[in-house]
Amino acid sequence: MNPNQAPRTRIRLRYSKAGRIRFTSHRDVARIWERSLRRTGLPVAQTEGFSPRAKLHFGLALATGYESEAEYLDVDFKCADVAAPDVLDALVSVLPDGIAATGGSVLLPGAMSLQQAVTSCDWDIELIDVTADDLAEWVDRVRGAATIVITRERKGQQITDDLAPQIRALEVGESTSRGVRLLATLGTQPRAARPSELLTVFEPQYRPVLIQRTRQWIEQDGARLEPLMVGAAPAQHTPVGVQ
Amino acid sequence: MSLWPELELVLPEVSKPARYIGGEGGMVEPEHHPSRVAWLLAYPDTYEIGLPNQGLQILYEILNERDDAVAERAYAPWVDMEAEMRAAGLPLFSVDTHRRAGEFDVLAFNLSAELVYTNLLNCIDLAGAPVRADQRADDDLLIGAGGHCTYNPEPLADFVDFFVLGDGEEVVSEINAAVSDWKRAGKRSRQSVLRALAAVEGVYVPSLYDVVYDGPALVSITPRFADVPAVVEKRTVADLAAWPYPKRQLVPLTEVVHDRLNVEVFRGCTRGCRFCQAGMITRPVRERPAEQVRTMVADGLARSGYDEVALTSLSTADFSGITEVVSATMDCGAGEVSVSLPSLRVDAFTVGLAAQIQRARRTGLTFAPEAGSWRMRQVINKLIDERDLYGAVESAFSQGWRRMKLYFLTGLPTETDVDTLAIGELARNCVELGRAHTKNPSVTVSLGGFVPKPFTPFQWFGQNTVAELQRKIFLLRDDIKRNRGVQMKWHDPKASLVEGIASRGDRRIGRVIEEVWRKGGTFQEWSEHFDYDRWTQAMDRHGLSVDWYVHRHRTEDEVLPWDQLSAGLHKDFLWQDWRDALNEVGLEDCRWTPCYDCGACTGYSIEHIVASAVPPAGGSQGTGQVPTGYQPPRAVEVHLSGVGERASS
Repeated sequence: MNPNQAPRTRIRLRYSKAGRIRFTSHRDVARIWERSLRRTGLPVAQTEGFSPRAKLHFGLALATGYESEAEYLDVDFKCADVAAPDVLDALVSVLPDGIAATGGSVLLPGAMSLQQAVTSCDWDIELIDVTADDLAEWVDRVRGAATIVITRERKGQQITDDLAPQIRALEVGESTSRGVRLLATLGTQPRAARPSELLTVFEPQYRPVLIQRTRQWIEQDGARLEPLMVGAAPAQHTPVGVQ
Repeated sequence: MSLWPELELVLPEVSKPARYIGGEGGMVEPEHHPSRVAWLLAYPDTYEIGLPNQGLQILYEILNERDDAVAERAYAPWVDMEAEMRAAGLPLFSVDTHRRAGEFDVLAFNLSAELVYTNLLNCIDLAGAPVRADQRADDDLLIGAGGHCTYNPEPLADFVDFFVLGDGEEVVSEINAAVSDWKRAGKRSRQSVLRALAAVEGVYVPSLYDVVYDGPALVSITPRFADVPAVVEKRTVADLAAWPYPKRQLVPLTEVVHDRLNVEVFRGCTRGCRFCQAGMITRPVRERPAEQVRTMVADGLARSGYDEVALTSLSTADFSGITEVVSATMDCGAGEVSVSLPSLRVDAFTVGLAAQIQRARRTGLTFAPEAGSWRMRQVINKLIDERDLYGAVESAFSQGWRRMKLYFLTGLPTETDVDTLAIGELARNCVELGRAHTKNPSVTVSLGGFVPKPFTPFQWFGQNTVAELQRKIFLLRDDIKRNRGVQMKWHDPKASLVEGIASRGDRRIGRVIEEVWRKGGTFQEWSEHFDYDRWTQAMDRHGLSVDWYVHRHRTEDEVLPWDQLSAGLHKDFLWQDWRDALNEVGLEDCRWTPCYDCGACTGYSIEHIVASAVPPAGGSQGTGQVPTGYQPPRAVEVHLSGVGERASS
């Protein structure tokens, strides 16, 4: 049988990344997933050609050093009867400390890729050397700005963007032993706004000690959905671990 | 106490922070205890280079299996991390539990290359110990070193408390016992532990030896006490089957070199290439049983999740029944596992082997003819025939490879421009062979400047000057630059010169290494940090002649800085082999032919462990026989006899 016509299952997995492993890069994490899935012995589909690789489709990259409770990847399996709970069970003993698979659902054929579909992310940013009152004042200034021009480099060219429409929500969170939390929701389309960009828009530039992605959202028909719910096959393939 | 809370504030500021986090599959977080000797095993280069080091991983496992020892690992912090650490007052730390180096008893380095010597000093300094051994207090860290470079330890003699020669599997436990006694006695006398270490076979404690010079010449290196050996013998593990390590190869979270499962299939090589220190000091050949190789591959793949296995050794295709082992290895992974043989002899790379290797994925192919002309290969005792090379290249192209790398040395004894230019001819012919199979065959010539090494027949040879190496490199570059399909890369001749200073230097070179380090000269093996002028200026300042140390031919009666050490090899065997080299006379491989008593077996009452009584099929094989049915792919002159090669990656 032509492998392209073989029955396939695409499963969307949600995972967390925390602790010292947060200093691995997006590319490192991709390799960790390849090795971990091989260790499960599950029938992961392979690319054709000269250098076969597992068919894994990652969502938005997480910057090196950030933690996350809501990372996603889609995995293609080369048979029709793979169930999300079995995949999650198999992953428990093979993922390294700091990475845990926390949910999964079987996707319907034709579901949009994560990179295209995700529209915003929630961020929890722990800042040091700042009081809650100062931060509240800073938050008011950011929220009050009509436009926030940022400059970034792309392929050697300086490009300017307006960050203001990308800041969907911004508030001061609780205080910690080291500082104060800043909670933000940032848009991801057409390009994902970064917490590091948010922190440099106004003086003083506060120093984060820990940045955590807490949620990713797909806005669809006016509703915000968790990516495991979007494109999930119904009935027998109930998503596992949906928040 | 873990330094992690402080480190995690620093890591966002540095490049590749995953170098410092540990957390590898197979990592141990050992429980430290006053009754256990705590070892910090260090590789004095970046994490990416050091993590895969198999020697370090083997010792890590063996020590952590002991009740009376714990072992963790450290790597040289990159320059940005070092700056952050020094600014924050953070010392060298282990990546396993992020414990400060000062909480360990022993800081032990693996030394694989001369250019890392300044990094070793930097690591000692970052660990918080005095860099010079004679300034250390009784209870300061003990600084040890093992690895191939310790066969000339003298340039580091002022900084390292003890050196270990040869295989570490057995001696590490004996060293642990000596250190354990010292620790239990409250580390009261450093002198007592050094004396105890000197009594361990294979351990050299340089501070217990007097060195006498007469002008520039070395007169003697002699022990200061009767119970300290006049000659330190290397250690050799008699049977590799007794040491199936690493059992749990570390699987890093970030990308490193050789990022794959590595299974050592044999140790030692008796092809007898005269430039090759590894082939001289690791004798005899000790094969791992094929069944154990299969088990280690299957277990290693299952627990690591890797899809690539390297079967490692010198000249791996010499392993008895290599084609069957490769085939069985590929079967382990149900067609999704690729096998690489990083060290390949051209005269054993057959179509059958090529066909096996490319079943899953074609890994890179490197062959090492080492020299371009037959005459030159006679001098270095790497008697592979042009037909062998062409046969291997033909096999590879016919099995779908489109590119390969050929490794050569320049600056070899008696080399003329005819020999150098012959490299270009070989490369061109290889590309021509490829045209029958592919439209754009590509051959990369990689050229290294030859640096003579201790315990080789070429230890008496005066290394070529930088100018001469540069001239030869450009001669070849100009010769091949018009040839489509042939590319060329080369090693910086200035780096070869600095390697030459350390390779055969004596104890006085320590001042030069210290000065280069004090002036900020770390990571000298990285071209962006290598500073040639710093080295030559330091040599000048200390009144040491580069010419005398590097370019001068040594005489038979000269005292060499490593005469107080032994790799088993008789010095008169090495001298005779040097004379034979100059007379272009070859020497056969003793694993398949009678013993010529080099000393490596007879001196230690050990023998080769080789499953097959005959060389692998294919090529001329250094047996003096051309196998029947062997068809050279091109009409070339037939050369009979000779000994093979150390093909390297």
